Amino acid sequence: MNFSFTSEQDMLRHSVARLVREHYDFETRRKVARSDAGWRPEMWAQFAELGLLGAPFSEEEGGFGGGPIEAMIISEEFGKGLVIEPYLQTVIIGGNFLRHGGTAEQKEEHIPRFIGGETIFAFAAYEPKSRYDLSDVSTTAMKVGAGYTLNGQKSVVLGAPFATHLIVTVRTSCGQRDRAGVTVFLVPKNAKGVATRDYPTVDGLRASEIYFENVAVDAAAIVGEVENGLPLVEKVIDYAIAALCAEAVGCFKVLNEATIAYAKQRKQFGRPIADFQVLQHRMVDMFMAAEQAISMTYMVTLKLEESDKARKLAASGAKVQIGKAGRLISQEAVQIHGGMGMTDELNVGHFFKRITMIESQFGNTDWHLRRYTELSNG
Amino acid sequence: MDLNFLPEDIGFRQEVRTFLENEYPAELRAKVSREEYTKEEFLLWQRILYKRGWGAPAWPKQYGGTGWTATQRYIFQEECACAETIPIPPFGMSMLAPVLMAFANDEQKAHYLPRILNGTDFWCQGYSEPGAGSDLASLKTKAERLGDQYIINGQKTWTTLGHFADWIFVLCRTNPASRKPQEGISFILVDMKTPGVEVRPIITMEGGHEVNETWFTDVKVPVANLVGKENEGWTYAKYLLAHERTGIAGVARSKKGIERLREIASAELDRGEPIIRNPDFARKISELEIDLTALEYTELRTLARESEGKGPGPESSILKIKGTEIQQRLTELTLEAVGAYGAPDFRGFPREGDNQLPVGPGYAHLAAPAYANMRKTSIYGGSNEIQHNIIAKMVLGL
Repeated sequence: MNFSFTSEQDMLRHSVARLVREHYDFETRRKVARSDAGWRPEMWAQFAELGLLGAPFSEEEGGFGGGPIEAMIISEEFGKGLVIEPYLQTVIIGGNFLRHGGTAEQKEEHIPRFIGGETIFAFAAYEPKSRYDLSDVSTTAMKVGAGYTLNGQKSVVLGAPFATHLIVTVRTSCGQRDRAGVTVFLVPKNAKGVATRDYPTVDGLRASEIYFENVAVDAAAIVGEVENGLPLVEKVIDYAIAALCAEAVGCFKVLNEATIAYAKQRKQFGRPIADFQVLQHRMVDMFMAAEQAISMTYMVTLKLEESDKARKLAASGAKVQIGKAGRLISQEAVQIHGGMGMTDELNVGHFFKRITMIESQFGNTDWHLRRYTELSNG
Repeated sequence: MDLNFLPEDIGFRQEVRTFLENEYPAELRAKVSREEYTKEEFLLWQRILYKRGWGAPAWPKQYGGTGWTATQRYIFQEECACAETIPIPPFGMSMLAPVLMAFANDEQKAHYLPRILNGTDFWCQGYSEPGAGSDLASLKTKAERLGDQYIINGQKTWTTLGHFADWIFVLCRTNPASRKPQEGISFILVDMKTPGVEVRPIITMEGGHEVNETWFTDVKVPVANLVGKENEGWTYAKYLLAHERTGIAGVARSKKGIERLREIASAELDRGEPIIRNPDFARKISELEIDLTALEYTELRTLARESEGKGPGPESSILKIKGTEIQQRLTELTLEAVGAYGAPDFRGFPREGDNQLPVGPGYAHLAAPAYANMRKTSIYGGSNEIQHNIIAKMVLGL
């Protein structure tokens, strides 16, 4: 048992941190988020060039010899810069679907392309009435000859405006909320019958509503088991939760440092507000929340390859902790910054919004607390 | 980074488990739910551990410690918690001993450390006074030097297990003229049998006797009992407090506590269903367990840093704050779980040989006293508010 990073991992962190520092300052990020494109394809090319898109995959898989710990390091550093580009969607979600469910042909076709930066994935799972339940799928696929025809709607698909391919959960049999009968398809976004409505999200990302109308796909587009895709989906989303927790930790660190620095410099009643014990104790609570969040992020990252039950408990436990910590840290950061914390001009509000959205991504605190309880009490 | 135990660690766990199964005394095993142990019982277990060479898991080998890795210590703690062994009182083992190793002279080390290790001496702590709690440096107990003796006068309080103790380490004021309250304090070892030392019990609200007042009236102590330098005691006192905080998280014991809580919540019914099926109650258990997991990994991170040669830093205050909050919530939820049978007062009842029908389930008997007693944890060892101050100053630089 050990908690130290290898020197390669330290180097990876330094190089991602430098990239974010040099190319992802707050003003640039704000401009990009409000630009027409909403992201920078040239940044994506740079991620590819630096090897970040293949970092969390082993060499046999076509990656650069890493795993979940590398994903954690990159995600945390990206969190510090509020990076917009769809790393989570493409590398963590897309990459893990291929790793854990892809056929040899699918791996051969798609892995080199996303690692090279050509293919960009988005994960179309949630629906207008499904809330966070991955088994609640009403998008259908009818078997037609050797292929399938897809119909339905997916909601708030993050990163979809930038994507070349969609990973779609589809009901191929059973009732709308049954665990059985869910199948995962990999569909090119430009397939005939796919319509999208793109929009910005409050935290500076982009998402789409996606409508499938008689979209013809062949059976080779299925990722994982036919009719029994849910265990794969749950596994991949737990990988995504681990990376999301790491991103949140990056956000927490920036907000905590910014808050302490501001409190030392801001004077009222003739002295820095950092002198006031009532504020000191609140900043200590923020610090402790961040430390506990780091611990839970390590924990879930290191448990991703354990049994299904252990992995799910770890992911839900971490998501609950990060959700609570996020509320505390983001709200206190705004409060201690006072009026300045309310402004669009300061980065604090932007971190506040991202942390708020992270709380509900892949299931909010209540949802994961319930999942955790159901798992732990049998 | 990885969570895997090495094959030798897995073997070690089995070795500890077998040892506990075979060597943990049956008479102590029977007392699990009573929690009030005698001095002889504490020392009995210490002597058994000593015989096995495991008397001081955290000490360096040169002083008779085990030389275990952080992982082995963690495994040992987990297994002891699982077997619900009698806790090792921290006063000699984990509070005084590190101070002696760091600051005492060779004769002192050679005399006192082995006696802690082999279960000869039972120690207690002379820190708090009626007027010096969180503001410890305002202490007034004084030691005047007279030839080769100190004459100690004053009063200490909250002396945990002072009624068992053979020895006490006392913070005394040796220079009344010092300008700052932190200056002029000395760290002195006192034999509890010395004339003029008097221990008076303090009964806490649940009826227990753990803490005491300790009075010193013209107590004559050889100058040789001074640890380190005269008037430098504050440095040693702080060093001790940092060491006190690491053990205080109590992760393994709290894990066992959650296991017990789940058993109780499976036995207690509400509308015909075990309360563990009640979503409101089940949610509270889950939140507690998740917080405990976070604490566990924070402690493991701290241990990992320690094993890289960095001593416990001010971050250990997190362990104290979160660990005690969890211990308190555990007893709070247990009391909630037992329902109405939390009410009967079992002090001194049932008595030995009592043949009457029991009142309520056995697990309910201590629920209320334990809940009341555990309120102490956020007050002792530097109150949780003081821990906030320590992090604010030492970690955040505020």
